This record gives sequence, C-alpha cells and structure tokens, in this order.
Amino acid sequence: MPNIDVSVHHVTRVEGHGTIRVRASDGKIERVEWRVPEAPRFFEAMVRGRSYEDIQTIVSRICGICSVTHSLAAIKAVEDAIGVTVSKQTDALRIVLHYAEQIESHVLHVGYLVAPDLLGQKSVVPLVASHPDVVKTVIALHKLGNAGMELIGGRMTHPVTVKPGGFAKLPTEAQLKAYKKDLENGMKLVGILADVVVSLADKLPDFNRDTEYVALKTDGTYTFYHGDIASTDVKETTDVHKFESVANEYVSAQSTAKWCKWHRDSYAVGALARYNINADLLLPEAKAVAAKFGLQKGACNPYLNSVAQVVEIAQVIAHSIRLIDGVLTDGVTPETPKAAPREGEGVGSVEAPRGILFHRYAFDGKGMCTSANICIPTGQNHGNIQKDFESLVPKIIDKPQDEIRLLMEMLVRAYDPCISCSTHYLDVEFV
Amino acid sequence: MDRPRVAIFDFACCEGCQLQLYNLEEGLLDVLGLIEPVEWREAISDQSDSYDIAVIEGSITRKEDEERLKDIRKRAKVMIALGACATIGGVNKLKNQFDFGEVRRTVYGKDAEAPHLDTARVKAVHEVVPVEVKIHGCPIDHFEFGTILKSVLAGKTPSIPNYPVCVECKKKGNICRYEYNEVCLGPITRAGCGAKCPTGGFWCFGCRGLLDNPNVDAAKEVMDIYGKTVDDLSGRLLLFNNQS
Repeated sequence: MPNIDVSVHHVTRVEGHGTIRVRASDGKIERVEWRVPEAPRFFEAMVRGRSYEDIQTIVSRICGICSVTHSLAAIKAVEDAIGVTVSKQTDALRIVLHYAEQIESHVLHVGYLVAPDLLGQKSVVPLVASHPDVVKTVIALHKLGNAGMELIGGRMTHPVTVKPGGFAKLPTEAQLKAYKKDLENGMKLVGILADVVVSLADKLPDFNRDTEYVALKTDGTYTFYHGDIASTDVKETTDVHKFESVANEYVSAQSTAKWCKWHRDSYAVGALARYNINADLLLPEAKAVAAKFGLQKGACNPYLNSVAQVVEIAQVIAHSIRLIDGVLTDGVTPETPKAAPREGEGVGSVEAPRGILFHRYAFDGKGMCTSANICIPTGQNHGNIQKDFESLVPKIIDKPQDEIRLLMEMLVRAYDPCISCSTHYLDVEFV
Repeated sequence: MDRPRVAIFDFACCEGCQLQLYNLEEGLLDVLGLIEPVEWREAISDQSDSYDIAVIEGSITRKEDEERLKDIRKRAKVMIALGACATIGGVNKLKNQFDFGEVRRTVYGKDAEAPHLDTARVKAVHEVVPVEVKIHGCPIDHFEFGTILKSVLAGKTPSIPNYPVCVECKKKGNICRYEYNEVCLGPITRAGCGAKCPTGGFWCFGCRGLLDNPNVDAAKEVMDIYGKTVDDLSGRLLLFNNQS
C-alpha cells in the first residue's frame, strides 16, 4: 500500500485561507485534518463603542462576497435592539437586494470557482478559450447580480443605501422595471447554466454522508431573510434569539478549534441545507431547474451544494420578479428611515449564500454598542467538513495522491467557504 | 513583449477588493490580456515565487505576516497596495484603540491565550515595506483599478485625486449630508470614488483616507455652521482612519 502525504497549504479558489492535511502510511490513515490559519480580525471587540448607525458599515467588511448579507443581519439586529419596524416596501426591497447578492455569489462560486474542476482546469482563464459560451453566460449572470446590488444597495460591494429604519435612497419605478426585464432575461440564462452543469454533473463525486442540515424556515416562502431556525433532525423550529443554543460552539479534541454542533457531531448550512428544509416551497421556475438535476429533498452528497446553488439562482430570480411586481403595483413610496437610540439587545438572522448567519448586539441608551456576537455560516460548516473528510478519505485512500488532493479540495470548495468571515472559529496548524 | 507577471496576495481583509476584479466582468479578460497572473489564490490554483508586480490586499496584523510581506517585497519590482485595509489599515485599525489581551478575551473567552490567536497592532502595508502605488477605497473602484494598472504598465505615475470628496459630490448635484443633520467625512477625505456614498444617500465614512493636506479649518467651519463638534467627526473618522 502506498504512503500518502497530502498537504494543501491554503486551498485555492475559495474565499480565505484553509489548509488540508492527510497522512497515511502503508494504507493506514494516521491523520485527516481541515484547518484554518486565517488572521483573526476581532470584529466583535472592534464594534464596541461605535454608534448603532455605524454598525452595518463596519461589519459589512467581515466579508466582501457576502457584504449585503452581513449588512442586513446587522441592521435587523439593530432594529430588534432599538425597537424599530420597517415598511412592507423596505422589507421587499431589502429581500430583492439580498437576492441580488445570492445571484452574484452563487454564480461566482459555480462559474468561476467550481466549473474549472468539472472541466479539468486550474482556473476560469483557460475556459475563456475552450468554453466561451459558458464563460459568457456566467459573466452575464454575474453582472445581473451586481446590477441589482448597485441599483438597490448603491454599489456592488458594501452597500450604502441600507440603514436601520429603511433605505437612504430608493430606486425609481423606471429603474425597477428595467431591472425586472434584466431578471427575466437572467431566468433564460439560468436555464443555459443549468444545462451546462447537468452535462458535467457526472464529474461531481458520488459521496454521501447523512448529516444534520440547518437553515431558516418560514411559512409559504423558500426563505433567505425571515423565519426561525429549522433542522432536518427535529420538527420544531427555534427562535433566532436562541441561536447560541443551536450553534453550541465547542473546542475540538483534536485541536483548539471551536466548531458547532446541534443534535449530532456536526451540522451543515448553505444551499443544500436550505434545499433539504425548504424544497417544497420552491417556485415552479426553480422546481423545473431542480428537476433537470433530479435533485431530491434529503440529498446528502455535499458536492451537490453547487447544484442546489443553481436551483437557488432560479428561485431568487423568480421571487425577485414577483416582489418587484408587488412594489410596482403599490407604487414606490418615498420614505425617510426613522431610527433613534434606545438601550436594548437584538438579534438578526439571514441566510448568507453559504448558510445561516447570526448577529447579536447590545446598545446603551445613547445607541453605543456595548457587546456583539456574530456566528458565521462557514464557522458552522468547519466541523462538518472535518466529518466529511473522515468519511471520504478511507473511501478514496487507494487513489493516486493527486486525485485524493483534488477530491478533498473540491469538497472544501463545494461548501463555498468564506473563511475570512469565520475566523472566530479557528482551527490552526501548530507547526 | 512578455506580459508582466503579477501576483495577488491577501492578508487580513474581507477580500472584497479582489472581488472587484471579477466585477470588471468582460473587462477582466482585457486585464488578462495585459498581465499574466501567476498567483491569485481566490481565482487560480497556480502559485509562484517569481513575479514583477505584487498586489497586496489586506492589513498586516501579525508578526509572521510582516515577515511574509517583506519576503514578497524582496521579489517584486513594483508593489501595489489594494484597498483601504492595505492603504490605510481600514476598519481593522479599530482594534488598535483597545488592549489586545482584552480584545482576545472578548472574542475567544477562555481560549484567548492560545498562541494562534496572537494579534499585534494593525498596520497598513506602507508601515511595513515601501509601496509604489496605492489603490484607495473600501472596496476599490474597479474602473480606477484598470486606469491605475494601465499607468503602471506604461511606466507612468498614476494620477490619483488629492482633493476632497465634496468636489465630486457637488458635481453630482447632491444635497450636502450636513443639511440632513448628518456627520459626513467628505470635506477631509480623498476623492476618486465619484462620491458614491453621498450619492446613495449615505454620509462619507472616509474609506479612501485623508487628503495629504486636509483643510482642517474649513472642516471645523462646517462643523460650526451645522452645530457639530470635532468629537462627532473624530468618532466617525475612527471607522477607517484610526491614526494609532
């Protein structure tokens, strides 16, 4: 039996720094580890003393790829703390903005980061020559998400229009109509992207491991923004205010890593988790895409997360169109965001493209932040990635070392990790 | 002529500035016609120790990262600092106002003393090694990136505005944020962003850094006119421009 020594220092084509370590001698596995050496940034300490008006501006910088998501989670938590409710129009436009980020992030992940693996390339660059139509479709959809963020959020990354209480600036009806047209065109492009991914789906490894999936859930909507915390392991849902009792951070025995677990040793969040909890609530356009893949509720192959993301692109485009129709029917109403400081504590939870996200803040009577706790999707997935590795490696240990390395890198990529977000749950290599 | 070899490295940051390269959309293909990316972890699997231009994203927050940065500097002919974390330290510098031991305990509780959680004073890239070019903003503007890159490739000094955001804001015809009883950092912040935030109905929070010679007297005058204090201004300035 061969000796295996795979060491991938800083997995590429993911956001942030992660490290894979596998060692086996004579076919006996000695070590399988997923580690994160990213520099910690201490956001929860840094926001203390800052005004409730500045929180989303700061914490948006936790992640460039999910800056809208972090902004919205923070704003929901601030509004919860200071007792502010928003209009139906604000709610609808925030969701359309949030969906634009889901489109942009999912397309970036599937098109730029995962597709090269499926097409046997090291990056998207050679695909420009070999698969120009695929690249064109990916760019067009990526642009669509960015256009939505620029229109409603004021710019593509780190939105500036969203504030506690509402929007600093609203899109016009004409702009919303134009964006709706772009979305309708985008729906056709999703069909093309889905066909491409379907044709490559046999390149996704056939690896199944039953685990617990966790996502937001609410009545009647495949939700990214409202709801309670649901699990595939239990029927009852949990109020987001109790998120600490879901995440259950703990120190891993094999390292000082803080991981998360709920009903089992680990759980997974992200597109596949949302699908496994909410697939029945998909709109017909998204169900049609899911049918192309034959994606079933209860799927437990982590590599299928990218497939669930394609289904979700269709879902959020279809739902955006309906929400914009609703706003246009009522007419865009000018509003001034109203929010005033008040002592209190609040929680905000939304689904980041890569899974459920929680923010908690407390404020004093002047609206200055006194404490914060932020629980990041990739942090919640680290433990599940490790458990996947432990299950996967014995099944592939007879393969050539390069193939083992690739399959493990692809697994990490499938989770669409956002490691710089998650460094609050460090698992670090001591060398 | 061979395309210059370019390596992109990220330190402590959100990687949102790298994301702006993807946001060039088709323009990214034009950029790839001008340069040869030899290392760019977020996009390609290749890694290389041989490059002409090093692009640095993020702040320097640990001793080992200083050493890594110095090593990169030795290899690169030109070093570009990409985005606020790299050019001015950005939001990461908020940490510098606290005791670092206390910061570690706040976030990591009983595990705070673990060696891998060590953290040091946050530095911008130029506080550790010399930097030839700074691309400002949080995030950077992808069009400005293209313009500056072309200048660098042509061997020219890129033209980066050294006048306040107010100039661009006025051009856009925006109503001054102070008229809304807000504290805006436009009067002392370097322009070049097209006043995106005030145009989006939000105040400027200073992500492009202070002007080389900000007109502090004029800024004070604005504070007086609108009944704001220097403390109001300093509190918001801390977000991206902590001077410690």
